[in-house]
Amino acid sequence: MKTPSKTPSIVNWFTSREGLYYLALAALLVVILPLALDPFRLNMVGKYLTYAFVAIGLVMCWGKAGILSLGQGVFFGLGGYCMAMFLKLEASTPEATAIQSTPGIPDFMDWNQLTELPWFWEPFHSFSFTLLAVIGVPMLLAFVIGFAMFTRRVGGVYFAIITQAIAAILTILIIGQQGYTGGVNGITDLQTLMGWDIRTDAARTTLYFVCVAMLFLCLFVARFVQNRKLGRILVAMNAQENRVRFSGYDVAAFKIFVFCLAAAFAGIGGALFTLIVGFMSPSFIGIVASIEMVIFCALGGRLSILGAVYGALLVNAAKSGFSESFPELWPFAMGALFIGVVLAFPNGLAGLYQSYVMPLEERLFKRKPKAEAQPVSEPEPTPEARKPAVEAKEAREYDPMIEHYSPEKS
Amino acid sequence: MGTTEITASGRSIGKGLGFRKSLMTLAASVMLATSAQAAGPSTAEVNTTGLAVTDDTVTVGILHSITGTMAISEIGSVQAEKLAIEQINASGGVLGREIKYVQEDGASDWPTFAEKSRKLLRQDDVAAIFGAWTSASRKAILPVIEQYNGMLYYPTFYEGLEQSPNVIYTGQEATQQILAGIDWAVKEKGAKSFYLLGSDYIWPRTSNKIARKHIDKLGLKVVGEEYYPLGHTQFNSVINKIKLKKPDVIFASVVGGSNVAFYKQMKAAGVDFTEEKPLLLTISVTEDEIRGIGGENVEGIYASMKYFQSLDNPNNQEFVAAFKETYGDDMVIGDVTQAAYLGPWLWKAAVEKAGSFDIDKIREVFAGIEFKKAPEGYVRIHENHHLWSKTRIGRAQTDGQYQVVYETEELMEPDPFPEGYQ
Repeated sequence: MKTPSKTPSIVNWFTSREGLYYLALAALLVVILPLALDPFRLNMVGKYLTYAFVAIGLVMCWGKAGILSLGQGVFFGLGGYCMAMFLKLEASTPEATAIQSTPGIPDFMDWNQLTELPWFWEPFHSFSFTLLAVIGVPMLLAFVIGFAMFTRRVGGVYFAIITQAIAAILTILIIGQQGYTGGVNGITDLQTLMGWDIRTDAARTTLYFVCVAMLFLCLFVARFVQNRKLGRILVAMNAQENRVRFSGYDVAAFKIFVFCLAAAFAGIGGALFTLIVGFMSPSFIGIVASIEMVIFCALGGRLSILGAVYGALLVNAAKSGFSESFPELWPFAMGALFIGVVLAFPNGLAGLYQSYVMPLEERLFKRKPKAEAQPVSEPEPTPEARKPAVEAKEAREYDPMIEHYSPEKS
Repeated sequence: MGTTEITASGRSIGKGLGFRKSLMTLAASVMLATSAQAAGPSTAEVNTTGLAVTDDTVTVGILHSITGTMAISEIGSVQAEKLAIEQINASGGVLGREIKYVQEDGASDWPTFAEKSRKLLRQDDVAAIFGAWTSASRKAILPVIEQYNGMLYYPTFYEGLEQSPNVIYTGQEATQQILAGIDWAVKEKGAKSFYLLGSDYIWPRTSNKIARKHIDKLGLKVVGEEYYPLGHTQFNSVINKIKLKKPDVIFASVVGGSNVAFYKQMKAAGVDFTEEKPLLLTISVTEDEIRGIGGENVEGIYASMKYFQSLDNPNNQEFVAAFKETYGDDMVIGDVTQAAYLGPWLWKAAVEKAGSFDIDKIREVFAGIEFKKAPEGYVRIHENHHLWSKTRIGRAQTDGQYQVVYETEELMEPDPFPEGYQ
């Protein structure tokens, strides 16, 4: 059974249960939503989806490997700022900025009495550099943080606090250096991407589909990682870090890898966000934004990459919906939603799905001929295997931390 | 039967698709033309761009933060705009149509402002937006308003350097507030040296840039210039510097919650503003802020603005009475609240002068539109979309009110791109 030709295996995968989940998501994002929504609402869905990138990264980093980062907004913001810098430079032609004392530099630099473009803005004239930077800058920062923390075996709560501090530092830095960054206002009034007006409905719809395509790319990368040995090691690390270490694996390297991966996803999300929304501001970087991102992931289910996508979509849609219908009360409704979710189903939507909908599905599947049931169980042990894993993890939730506190800190 | 059809098609105008909308508007107006109840000009005539205008209503948007850190400042503006809308409706509406509003919450978050402004323009097709408060929120929604050719009525005093065809700035731009204020301090109080102090963002920085240039021009001295991040609460070091340099005037543009810490610490450091050594001239503390700071902490400071609640004129007495009747006796009204109140009235005047709700037609008639019932006395729209208005100096009292000590004789001309000050 090891060498079936390639096509049938892909077909098999698509008809397997996991494949069907992906198809369902694809159908929702590519067919149903674009048909059901007007361009304005579709654009908003696009914006929500950019947060899903962060949530996928968090599933890998937090759900699988147990590294809780409360600073994902940093990477989202860096990716977004890289893109915004490119777009801003494109918008700040000498003709468009003729009324400034120094034409040709972004307007906020002129207000802050800068007379020439700072050196680190220069490379952002190039689109290919920008694309590299969107992924590279967040990954580089993640690498530096990861290297500094994980090789010293800083983990758990300490790591979460440090990432949160970094989010705070970066926000203060950006707001303080407004001549170089646009300050509180952020980088606004972005108009064209390589001459293509990104503000029209047609462009926004195109960007939505680009966003969906990138999302699936990231989903497949995440799935690839999770289904390899690498993914198992990450989960093992989460459950029993020392055993993994004593088995000869370099735990720090794996942690740095998954943290960088999450940062790269977040960076891509940030860049798409800038394109879709048309500006970038420090409010996406700060502590509150970063914690919200963790909430998207928690609500979707921190163990399921698909759940994370639904979580990001649902929370943001609820936020827009509540705030439109009850402009004065919506923060309370959101708070109630979060508390309710955490109390009632700690494993999020995915957990809910597993415990209530899956048994129903199973019953339905069983009635069908066995030809269909066979490939389900074989190439894809995850859903079934996941369940005991979840329970096992629940029981051991605090183990790794306890181990951290006692012997290593002394 | 005719009337029910009119309302049915009229209602769908707000939600339908663009091209369908104009057809429906046309249909509705044809029906209206045949009915005898026509109150104003037909909808097809006054609304050719598919705004949410029916035969008896017109929808506008209100977009301010009513949650988050800015809520405390912006709620006054929301109240003033709603009051103005109510009063306009009570006096017969605009072109015979009752104003309805859709209110959205910007949540003190600039991206949310952008999202909501897009919603108001795309989904609700509002005929005007009254909103935004901080410069950051205005900058965030400006591209949206310009893209969809909406019209924003922006109430806050701000830094200038902007003149959008899609915005009417009902607050003062920086030179109106600053030049008159500094001139007054020099002439009346003999000020020779200034210490510039502000929160660290675009408005204080631009304001201080203008102030510095003006002080230079007068041949006087700036002895210090400092900025602190928004929300900063430790002002001891700057207070020491001020004590050391002994400026005649502290020119302050500290905003928001930082003010509470700043004035309390000044008082604790033994500075009594009533002695006017140094004299403190602010452009950012309105009656609203004093409520948070406490009147006893700011007694004796001066503010340079266009409106104080204590202004003694019949328009203002009427306005203050109406405001308190609607929102309660303990309300205070600051400069921005009054400027927000002007928005709906100026919009009404422009619509009626243009005989149309179309943004492009309104824009043509803006220059020269006046509002004689303005609580601040009288305002007129300049062709640069800012308002001609007087600047006044008020002296803070313990009860949290300003006592007006000076007002410019003439209306100050708005000059958002002041030459020689950039």
